[in-house]
Amino acid sequence: MAFTSFEFLISPFGGLRVSTENFEFINMEIPYTVTARPDTGLYNAKIGIWLFLASEVMLFGGLFSAYVFLRVGAQPGYWPHGLLNVPVGTMNTLLLIGSSVTVVLAWASLKMRQFTQYKIWMAITIVCGLIFLVVKLTIEWPAKFHHFGAYIKTEDLAKYEPYLGNNYLAAKGLQPRVEITGDLLNEEALKDDSIKEYDINADAIYADPTNPAMDRPTFWLRPLSGKTIVVQKSDVDYASMFYPRHSAYFQVYFLITGLHGLHVLAGLIVFTYFWLPVGSKLYKQNPEHLANRIEVVGLFWHFVDLVWIFVFPLFYLL
Amino acid sequence: MDHTTEPAHPPDHGAADHDAAHHVNAHVKGYVLVGALLAFCTALTVGLSYVNFGTPGANIIVAMVLATFKVGCVGAIFMHLKSEKWTIYRILLITVLFAIGLFALTGLAFHDPIRY
Repeated sequence: MAFTSFEFLISPFGGLRVSTENFEFINMEIPYTVTARPDTGLYNAKIGIWLFLASEVMLFGGLFSAYVFLRVGAQPGYWPHGLLNVPVGTMNTLLLIGSSVTVVLAWASLKMRQFTQYKIWMAITIVCGLIFLVVKLTIEWPAKFHHFGAYIKTEDLAKYEPYLGNNYLAAKGLQPRVEITGDLLNEEALKDDSIKEYDINADAIYADPTNPAMDRPTFWLRPLSGKTIVVQKSDVDYASMFYPRHSAYFQVYFLITGLHGLHVLAGLIVFTYFWLPVGSKLYKQNPEHLANRIEVVGLFWHFVDLVWIFVFPLFYLL
Repeated sequence: MDHTTEPAHPPDHGAADHDAAHHVNAHVKGYVLVGALLAFCTALTVGLSYVNFGTPGANIIVAMVLATFKVGCVGAIFMHLKSEKWTIYRILLITVLFAIGLFALTGLAFHDPIRY
């Protein structure tokens, strides 16, 4: 093995000088990329990706435990429900599941030495992942950035009872509503302290708060009520657009879905790399090598799918 | 034994490759069926979320049981954990233990005796 005499030297002038004694390591072939290493029974990249996925479990595990901590500790009414678009979330879930199927079919095609099939399944995988990201970035997130919520002070909730319906909710044993949401008609009120009120084109739920159909709020499925509710700033505990600063819910939502989105993007970059002529070249050199690489990135993609399988019910449905 | 170098690539048209291809081909239909099962479970999760199981906690448990089943399917079939090498099981075992510890720490936070 040639990788023996590589060394870095920091020159006294602050530059980095690399020893030219031996550069053979550049052409060093990474061992066990195709066949299994005798002591582990696995090719090296497979162990590598599983160790990486183990670290990913701890990363997302930490975020999910933060979610549990924040949700369980939230005061009644302060953990929002129904703010996300369930049909869109369902579609995105099906897209990821579908892409998990197509990526494993792409790998199977390589194992069966059907390169054209591999290209087709991989293309479908890339399209599914792209649609997922586009929907996330152009529909789901922007829709939130244009929505507004104002948390009413506890002592002033009674003033807004016709919109909140808390007596009705208390009688049914449901959690109270402490926030009025909708489109903010006078956005300048967010910055201008001389404006003393928020004019909100309220979500439908506030126009008919005692309708049993509104017990389970689903803001995004229904149009705005068209009814303008004037909320005095002096009655408001906290108000914000649906940015991360709005609530612990949106902080953890944007963090987890954003990090998940970055993982989707990373997977797509690698898929595209192996879909381009690089994959074709590698296939001609050694098809099993390409199959192993697709298996490794496929394992990463399945993990991305696994994370979403928990994200979807926790944020969209419950 | 020297494990730092890989033996020369085996010929690609050998009987072993043919057997491997046949083995994979036998699983293709299974992959599609599992995908369909996962899609069905997704629809079921959405549908059941509109059913009132008595308490919000009960609804969460139902959804998490379904999600865990789906994760099990993806892991066992798509990630081939159904029949994987012990090296990987060992890695995952340690990971699961640490993940359980992580969530246990979160749980312990709710029993923190400090009060303000």
